[in-house]
Order: sequence, then structure tokens, then C-alpha cells
Amino acid sequence: MVWDSSAEYRDPALLQALQLQRLQELVTRLYIRVPFYRRKFDEAGIRPSDINSLEDISRIPFTTKQELRETYPYGLLAVDESEIVEVHTSSGTTGTPVVGAYTQRDIETWSHAMARTLAMAGAGPGDVIQNAYGYGLFTGGLGVHYGARMLGANVIPISAGNTKRQLMIMRDFGTTLLTCTPSYSLFLAETAAEEGIDFKPLPLKAGCFGAEPWSDNMRREIENKLSLKAHDIYGLTEIIGPGVAAECEVQDGLHINEDFFYPEIIDPETGKVLPPGEKGELVFTTLTKEGTPILRYRTRDITYLYREACSCGRTTVKMHRLLGRTDDMLIIRGVNIFPSQIEEVLIRIEETQPHYQIAVDRGSTHLDEIEIRVEVEESFFSDETKVLERIRSKIAEEIRSSLGIGATIRLVEPKSLERSVGKAIRVIDKRQI
Amino acid sequence: MTIQQISVFLENKSGRLAEVTKTLGDAGVNMRAATIADTADFGILRIVVDNPQKALDALDKKGFTAKVTEVFAIELEDRPGGLAEIMELFHTTGVNIEYLYSSLENKNNKAVVIFKVDDTEHGNKIFQEHKLTAIKKF
Repeated sequence: MVWDSSAEYRDPALLQALQLQRLQELVTRLYIRVPFYRRKFDEAGIRPSDINSLEDISRIPFTTKQELRETYPYGLLAVDESEIVEVHTSSGTTGTPVVGAYTQRDIETWSHAMARTLAMAGAGPGDVIQNAYGYGLFTGGLGVHYGARMLGANVIPISAGNTKRQLMIMRDFGTTLLTCTPSYSLFLAETAAEEGIDFKPLPLKAGCFGAEPWSDNMRREIENKLSLKAHDIYGLTEIIGPGVAAECEVQDGLHINEDFFYPEIIDPETGKVLPPGEKGELVFTTLTKEGTPILRYRTRDITYLYREACSCGRTTVKMHRLLGRTDDMLIIRGVNIFPSQIEEVLIRIEETQPHYQIAVDRGSTHLDEIEIRVEVEESFFSDETKVLERIRSKIAEEIRSSLGIGATIRLVEPKSLERSVGKAIRVIDKRQI
Repeated sequence: MTIQQISVFLENKSGRLAEVTKTLGDAGVNMRAATIADTADFGILRIVVDNPQKALDALDKKGFTAKVTEVFAIELEDRPGGLAEIMELFHTTGVNIEYLYSSLENKNNKAVVIFKVDDTEHGNKIFQEHKLTAIKKF
């Protein structure tokens, strides 16, 4: 299935001409309307008229997540506020979230990008899409929803959680395509096995899984257990949400919707643009976005690009499945977590030392489990277990309310966690993905 | 009337208890009572020793987290019902027990049981009123 063959099969020369035209329009618009970008251009000594080829994009300064936070909420708005029809934010667990504000046309772009994504997984009119991504400020739920509506499929907005009901709906309404995080799909499979539900006779044929890292091994496991074809999808709130890139039926890399989102790979140290095939940090420019466009956004995700012809016929550039991060961000059940956020919570709790270690693993449920090892402050040590248990649940509650994730808290002996002269070893990621 | 109990924080990892007991043994400290309160991932070792200060110093030197708690070491009749009588007394006089464990002491056919009560002052008063013998030193 192809949703928009004229865009997805576009001749590369025509594509580049379109990208350049859109880039030139974008920088001109931003220079006029967004003081933040005008200042950056002025500081870099460039004018919109200096962008005469796609290569000239390398003259434009990068935009960082920190800058997005500093301009919260509407510092990067490029249209009048009255033109905004919807707002999403990142989970914002560090305090200031990152904002994506959409005009009517941005919602249409997003719908098309997601319609392409779902079509790559084989969906079309007549399909029943069970959307188990969370609805709300998180872009996952509504992104899939808009794509499914654009496609003319039947979307079941079940949102995340309530696994038994997911299975009931799946069986009773004949779900053909499932969208959720890859780890949740395995949890669903496990619950189904306990309930005696066999996926084989069900009409389920494909799934779009994203928002957290996974591997080919995990793909095979998902495909076997749920009896479907598993497609990787990629997106981020800063750029649009899901719909930035997705795997076609060939399942060899993710086609980037590069007529909307212009990708580059850079050396994270020097900022230099790297050629196709070379691994580096993924950078995006939102070529057509109106509400909160973004120039050369550093995603911190590591991958590489390749443009070899895909047997599906699409001509768009592909990115390899994510290969890592340039920072210490962890993705726990689809929630982005930085160790520094955990540290901030611990500093507020007087009964503990801000010495900690984070261990992440996937347990028997296949879902990410996070354990935080915390040193007890010596003066709060008690001869009674209930006192220590109280400290432990206090930490767990604080972590839950601040970060939105459930963590196992493990109290350890003071001075028992490794101290090094430089950076302490904070994270042990044991996930076999 | 109370004696000093030493509590040691222990992570549930193998060899940890061996290290504590070796530390005490090397320091020449003799244990007279011991118990472990355990949860899924940590334990609290509670001990009564002949020389609490020496024990604390030795544990501190080895980096253990230890703490002193005042507890009662009460002599009981070493016969069926001996503990039950005391429990009944505590119950009727409102002495709440946080935990108890027995010691190795056994003098004149008396067992010595270690009690931690929630209100030490009240406990002390009741013990004196009822002429219970609290050991002052092991």
C-alpha cells in the first residue's frame, strides 16, 4: 500500500528542487516572524538569501532542546496564536516541556505523514486500527488517530493500558493493525497466552511499533507471538510526533518523509555534515511546518542515512533503526528519562544521599523495569524496618509524581555505590533488545 | 534499666553477614543476642554484645552503617507460659512492643529476652512496678 505515490515515488531531482524551495520559503518566513531565529541568523552572519542550495543548510545554526525549553511556551511560534488549532508537548518531566503547536495545515501534514506510515504497514480503508498509544499531550495517540482518519480506516481509540480490554476489543472488532510500543505488544501477547487467546485465527496482520528502542530479535519475537508483521516507526514531538519515518513492507530501514522533514547526519562533536552511510547524530528541519517550525534540530539520536533503491519502489531516503543516543537519556516504557531528573528528586529527599545508580532491564513481562539504588543517609538509618520501608515508599512516590514512571527503589548501604574521580557510573542498562 | 543494642544495615548480598560477624570476632567482641529483620532487599541485623563501644568502633572502621538503640533485656521464667505471662502484662498495661528476640543468656533457670518497646519510659515504669529484672550489662 502506498498512500501518496506522487510524493513517495518522486524523482530525486524533483524532490531536491522541492526541498530547496521549501527551505528557502521557511528561512525567509522564520527570519521575518521569529526573533529567536533572526537573532541566530544575524549572529551567524547569514541572510535567508544566502541559502541557494540544499548544501547551504549547513550554514544555518543548529537548534537544541535546551533552546526549545528556553523559549517555552510560544517563543518559536511562527504564526499568529489564533491560527493554532492544537498543542502537544513532550512529557516535560524535567520541568519545562517542549511544545509542538499545530496550525490546521500542520494537522493535515501530520495526517498525511501518518497515513503514509500506516499504509506502509499495509493499512487502508476497511482496516481496523487498534491504537494503543496514549491519547493526550503525548503525540503518539492523536498522531496515529489522524493518520487512520486520513486513510479512511476504522480507528479504535483505545489508548494505552487495560490489557484485558485491549484483547477483548481486538477479538470482538477484528483488529487488523495494532499500534503501541514494542514492549507493550509483547506484554499483550503474554496476557493473551494466559487468557488462552490465540492470535493465529485473528485477522491481526500488522503492527506499527515505536517510541522506544527495539531490535531485530525483538521484532522476530513480536512477529511470532502476535502472528503479524512488525514495522518500526519513528517520530518526535519537536518535529511533528510520529510520522517522521517508518518501515515499509521490506522492513529494511525507515523511509523518512523527507519532503516534510529534511534529515542530516552530523558529527556530534564538530557539527560537520556527514555523507550517507556514516553514523552520526540525526538532525531535522521541518520544511513545511507552520506553527512551530524548527531549523536543524539536534535529536541526539544516532543513526545513518542511505539512499539505495528500495524494492518497495519508494525513493525517499532511509534511516537505519536508531543506534543509540549522544546523551544519557533513557527511554523507559516510552517515557524519556534523564538520570539528572532522578538526581533532582533524590536531592529533595533528606533521608537519602544523592548517590544512586539506575538499573534498567526487561523482566518476564517484557516491559522496561527500572530499579533505582539509593544510599540511605546514615543519620536516618533505623533499627526498625518500617522506618526504612517508609523512606523507600516516599522515594518511589516522589519519582512517580515527578517523572511519571513507577520504579523499584532499593536502599543500599551508605558509601557502597561506586564513586569515581570523574563521572560516576549512574546507569546500568541490561535490556537485551 | 536499658541496654545498648547495635543495629547494622545490611544489603541482601552474599557474604555481608559473614563480614559483620568476622569484624566483631576480630575485634574480640562477644555477641549475646542476635536477630535479623529482613525485607526483600535489605536486612537489619540487631545484636547485643559484651562491649558495645568496641563493636561500634570496629563496625565503623569497616564502613558499616550501625546505630545504637536502647532496649530492655528482661529475665523471664524459663518454663512453658513464661513469655505469655509477660505478654499479658504488657497488653494490660499498654506496653507496645516493636520487636523482641531471645538471647543466649540463661542464669538461674531464667531466660533473657530482648524487648524494644515504643515508649521506653512507660516500659521502664511498668517493669519496675512489677519487679521484673532488667539486665544492665552482658
